Amino acid sequence: MGKLEQISVFLENQPGRLCEVTRILVEANINIRALSLADTTDFGILRLIVSDNEKARKELKANGFTVGTTDVVAVEVSDNPGGLHYIVKLLKNVNVNIEYMYAFVEHSGRNAIIIFRFDNIDAALKHLKESGVRIVDGEMVYRM
Amino acid sequence: MIYNIEFETLPREAIEAIQLRRLKDTLERVYATVPFYRKKFDEVGVRPSNIKTLADLRRFPFTVKQDLRDNYPFGMFAVPMDNVVRIHASSGTTGQATVVGYTARDIKMWSELMARALAAGGATRGDIIHNAYGYGLFTGGLGVHYGAERLGASVIPISGGNTKRQVQIMRDFGPTILTCTPSYALHLAEVAEQNGIDFSGLKFRSGIFGAEPWSEEMRKEIERKLHMHAIDIYGLSEVLGPGVSIECVEAKKGLHIAEDHFIPEIIDPKTGEVLPDGEVGELVFTSIVKEAFPVIRYRTRDITSLNREPCICGRTHVRMNKVSGRSDDMLIIRGVNVFPSQIESLLMDIKGVEPHYQLVVDRVDNLDTLTIMVEVGEATFSDEVRKLQDIERKIAKNIKEFLGVSAAVKLAEPRSIARSEGKAQRIIDRRKI
Repeated sequence: MGKLEQISVFLENQPGRLCEVTRILVEANINIRALSLADTTDFGILRLIVSDNEKARKELKANGFTVGTTDVVAVEVSDNPGGLHYIVKLLKNVNVNIEYMYAFVEHSGRNAIIIFRFDNIDAALKHLKESGVRIVDGEMVYRM
Repeated sequence: MIYNIEFETLPREAIEAIQLRRLKDTLERVYATVPFYRKKFDEVGVRPSNIKTLADLRRFPFTVKQDLRDNYPFGMFAVPMDNVVRIHASSGTTGQATVVGYTARDIKMWSELMARALAAGGATRGDIIHNAYGYGLFTGGLGVHYGAERLGASVIPISGGNTKRQVQIMRDFGPTILTCTPSYALHLAEVAEQNGIDFSGLKFRSGIFGAEPWSEEMRKEIERKLHMHAIDIYGLSEVLGPGVSIECVEAKKGLHIAEDHFIPEIIDPKTGEVLPDGEVGELVFTSIVKEAFPVIRYRTRDITSLNREPCICGRTHVRMNKVSGRSDDMLIIRGVNVFPSQIESLLMDIKGVEPHYQLVVDRVDNLDTLTIMVEVGEATFSDEVRKLQDIERKIAKNIKEFLGVSAAVKLAEPRSIARSEGKAQRIIDRRKI
């Protein structure tokens, strides 16, 4: 446990494409919990954590978008100097690669939540848990 | 200057007498040595002995590019491999390229026709020829090279690419004749200007440009910017390579076909019927001298017409007008022949890539550009930028490797490529030729 489902959407790098995605989500009454947009000169990848994955995916696909799903991990990171460094160092020590990461909009108490995409999610999860790092699980995130 | 005054100024009756004799020989030879031709002739019930006049040629079946592919690589050769001294090929994916061969005598003959062509374009033995056609499997580079040596001129075998260096060599070596594609000529002019070199200060007199269609407007532009005569040369590897026909510098109006080596016909591309002189249709060639790779009624897919009016240069060989288009969907990109189907099969070879694509051809700074739009489906999509860029790179790499053209690959959203009547519009050609 501890994995979180993220949906990703392919976007051409053109005015109005992101707006089209947000419009579809609004109309389906879906809330965005966290997002990141990776972009190149001609395309972008929008990654989203939303309140209802199943519905979001269905609506986006119905509107012609290419949608993928990926497992990511939401990690509680102490909101102090060195908080992120501690996590990243743990992962370096077991040779897990971070493909990308982005911050969650909301906090959990005094801690920040950061979404991680790992090359080896199981190894990452095992090691983080063994080291006593708090993982925010899917149910909690969707309800936040 | 006329390189071979005897053969290039033969009276019509003499040309036709030579053609008839050589045609009979060629037909006898291919019937005896190439199973493909024997089978095709037998199927329609014609024999080489049926040739009594030149008009009897139209009773023989056409040969098309697919026939050459079906007989890949050497199935159409009419001599044992022992006698083949050179092999060229057109671009194509594996098993799809068209391969042609030459005997020592073919190379000699080709050199002679290219020497004639260079002379018609204004070159003589004292000239320095800057040959920027690509050397390699493509016939352009070596074809011009051998012709230039035959003529007794000095060749700079610069080949394509590295334009800045080419411009320096033009300034330092003082070449007088330029050979390359017409679009590359204009590109050279631009790069020269950027490097502070003015073509009016160079020594060029003539440029002999081919391997892609170009217009009278483009001729004017080249002549204005490059300060030289711009001459059109025509050829295709299946028939010979460059040197099949050439404009003369005196008239610059139509390309003289080497009629003592090739018989041209113009046909209706739909019915296959032979059209009278002057009418526009598809150009068909029969080679009557070549040994290793003779072709009988080869459909070039190039659209043009024939002009039998006497020419002021004194040559009696028939002229074909500038090629105005194609009767198939072949694209010529920087002188390289590309069929959309070849690109499609390369795309399909990559796992997960969907058959929704569009080719956009444009001309930027006088160089052709090819952009391939590919729709991203779920099988290729990834949440990681790196993986999507890997797909773009892989497509571009395969196209460069197999087809020899550089392409920009752009991923597109599903259904973003315009479809008309349910059928995707595969090619957008924005070039103004």
